[in-house]
Amino acid sequence: MGKEDFDMGAIDIAWCPGCGDFAILNALKEALGELGKKPENTVIISGIGQAAKTPHYLKCNFFNGLHGRTLSPAMAVKASNPELDVVITTGDGDMYGEGGNHFLHAIRRNTNITVLICNNMVYGLTKGQASPTSEKGFKTPIQYKGVILEPFNPMSVAIALDASFVARANCGDLQQTKEIIKKAIQHKGFALVDIFQPCVVYNKVNTYPWFKQHTYNLDERYDPSDKKEAFMKALEMDKMPLGIIYLSREKKTFEENIGVYDRSNDPLFKRKHDIKKIMKMIDNKRLHAAQSEMGSLIG
Amino acid sequence: MSSKRVSAFINRIDILVPLDKGAIPHLKERITKDTVILGDKGQAAADIPMTDIPFGNIALDLGKSVFENVVAAGTLLGLFGIKPELLDEVLKGQFGSKGEEIVKKNIEAGRAGLEKGQALAKAGTVRIELIPDKNVANELFLNGTEALGIGAISGGCDFISSYPMSPATGVLTFIAQQSKEFDIVIDQAEDEIAAINAGLGAWYAGARAMVTTSGGGFALMTEGVSLSGMIETPIVIHIGQRPGPATGLPTRTEQGDLSFAVYSGHGDFPRIVLAPGTIKDATVLTHKAFNLADRFQIPVFILSDQFFLDSYTTCPDLEVEKLPVERFITKTAKDYKRYKLTSDGISPRGIPGYGEGLVCVDSDEHDETGHITESEAVRNAMMDKRLVKKAAAILKEAIPPQIIGSKDYSTIIVGWGSTHSAIAEAIENLGRKDVAFLYFTQVFPLQAGVADTIKKAKNMILVENNASGQFGKILQLATGMVPHHKILKSSGAPFTVEELVEDFRRLIK
Repeated sequence: MGKEDFDMGAIDIAWCPGCGDFAILNALKEALGELGKKPENTVIISGIGQAAKTPHYLKCNFFNGLHGRTLSPAMAVKASNPELDVVITTGDGDMYGEGGNHFLHAIRRNTNITVLICNNMVYGLTKGQASPTSEKGFKTPIQYKGVILEPFNPMSVAIALDASFVARANCGDLQQTKEIIKKAIQHKGFALVDIFQPCVVYNKVNTYPWFKQHTYNLDERYDPSDKKEAFMKALEMDKMPLGIIYLSREKKTFEENIGVYDRSNDPLFKRKHDIKKIMKMIDNKRLHAAQSEMGSLIG
Repeated sequence: MSSKRVSAFINRIDILVPLDKGAIPHLKERITKDTVILGDKGQAAADIPMTDIPFGNIALDLGKSVFENVVAAGTLLGLFGIKPELLDEVLKGQFGSKGEEIVKKNIEAGRAGLEKGQALAKAGTVRIELIPDKNVANELFLNGTEALGIGAISGGCDFISSYPMSPATGVLTFIAQQSKEFDIVIDQAEDEIAAINAGLGAWYAGARAMVTTSGGGFALMTEGVSLSGMIETPIVIHIGQRPGPATGLPTRTEQGDLSFAVYSGHGDFPRIVLAPGTIKDATVLTHKAFNLADRFQIPVFILSDQFFLDSYTTCPDLEVEKLPVERFITKTAKDYKRYKLTSDGISPRGIPGYGEGLVCVDSDEHDETGHITESEAVRNAMMDKRLVKKAAAILKEAIPPQIIGSKDYSTIIVGWGSTHSAIAEAIENLGRKDVAFLYFTQVFPLQAGVADTIKKAKNMILVENNASGQFGKILQLATGMVPHHKILKSSGAPFTVEELVEDFRRLIK
């Protein structure tokens, strides 16, 4: 039992040699293996983009849906069967661009899912346009004068919405990335991990050395439950903190709040509506329910 | 008003209670010499014969003008000879949450009106000749929204994700109200894109999900319709139509989104579109939509509209106990392949966490295991499975249209969905032995054999509550038949029985 449970063996992988996604794939497989997770019980949800190809490269159930639409099916899978481990693997464009609105509201729902965002600050699949996290001035064939929009800061947005687990990793540090992914999977609630990942072909600015120079590890004395401090950390841009930046106070998950699992833990597919209850619901729609007690309507 | 069951919209007004001075001018085309008008003559400010009852002053005597409508309701009940206790019961239900004092005041107001009504009936000022029917008292009294919601729950719906939009919100509300009893997941989504993608995720994990929306919201869902087609994950979509384009007439009615539903979603893939025209059909077809979606792993649409959803009618029974809930989930083996090529195009559908296999679905073209591919051979095999083979199986199961009226017809009137009540009542009023109504509840796909039923008539009249005759085009594609006449309406109002009778008289020689 371990990482090898999730190995696909010899397969073709469409990523460019040197792509940071390889490291993230490895970290994910190791994290799942070390936590004793099983492929049959793991569902990976992805959208569109290079990072969204991840579930094709490890053994698991997967729902590789549409661009930007990972969070809605992930919520639905978890709410329909809370026994499944649900992990999203997708990129910065998919999550923060096309899926931006869902990102805001998924945090508010607090479904117990793990969200891994491979953040390379560029659109790799479509060959090198700006992404929501591209830095100002970053040049592409479209943004030929350099990006003019402010970069999206997923950490500060997530903290503002009181996301229950907010972390950042750098895939250049495999060990640290794996440990953060493990903690995110073990966390009860919406767990966001933004993972810095160089695109070796379309981003010549934010490279492996660049990420190393522009990040530092949070030390053990850092308290992620202090929201104000977490905000300060999330706003540090010259050297960005790595580790668990914010942990909210413990709160109920979406699955717990909807009440569907109050009486039974059975996933929805094992249940049936009671026909007697259905007949009762219909009988309540008979012309005046009090009619039997009151005799005829017409006096 | 009628002593027998009626459910169509008519132009004629039997009783009018104008509560403000705009009411009579607004409705004057619909007032006849037989219309009973009850109200405050001074306030209505209309030069028209009416029974003067000062609802406003009665309410003021009781303390507040807000009781005016309760006085008016009480008067109507008094006219019909309804027991006062029933009125009290209804008012308690309506105002109970606002405290005893308010309930008491409203009962006083209702009773004051009731006495007025009783007096009018006794004096013969207003005579209402309705034959009481004890059997009716035990019947169901439902609107389209409730009938649809009941059909969804009886069909096993355990997940609904939607964004509110008139007139389709009621279905979400109804199911939400029932969710505690039935343990249904309710998700008010941030937008319709999220709603349908969640619905697909739910079916993927073994739930039976639906979404409810109107045309504008459905516009956002179309990517999800296409995704359903590609990953062969079922979804039930209710579109409560209202007039478009764009925001259109948000609180009015139209059958204007049929073409949109039939052609929505990029790429080629099969679907089924159902459209109930009666309360019972709303329940039966919505129930069936879940079975069909599960069986064929496709999007199945229920098309209703504002008029249908908001119209109440009585119905003896829905007989849901006779409707089977058909489930097609399979337990997976280690070597399970989600898109296994089969003779009928339907691959056994596994779900994650049930069996030893892995359930892999991909919006990209994929091989039998669900993994991304660009192989032309695999693409061709998948298109053949997903579209050609499945479409043939779906067509075989199509619900045929129903012939209402004469079996020996020379004129056939073609209609679908919510126009049922007006067309059926109009041909009854017409009283001709050579006219029949061909009522479609499955509007897509259609079996070519429908042509034989139509060919028996010399005259085909198409009736649609839209501007371009959208169903007529679908019918023409399936059968080659073109209507001789079209009666189309897109003003935002439903057809009235009277206007249809008039049109039929003109068009049927």
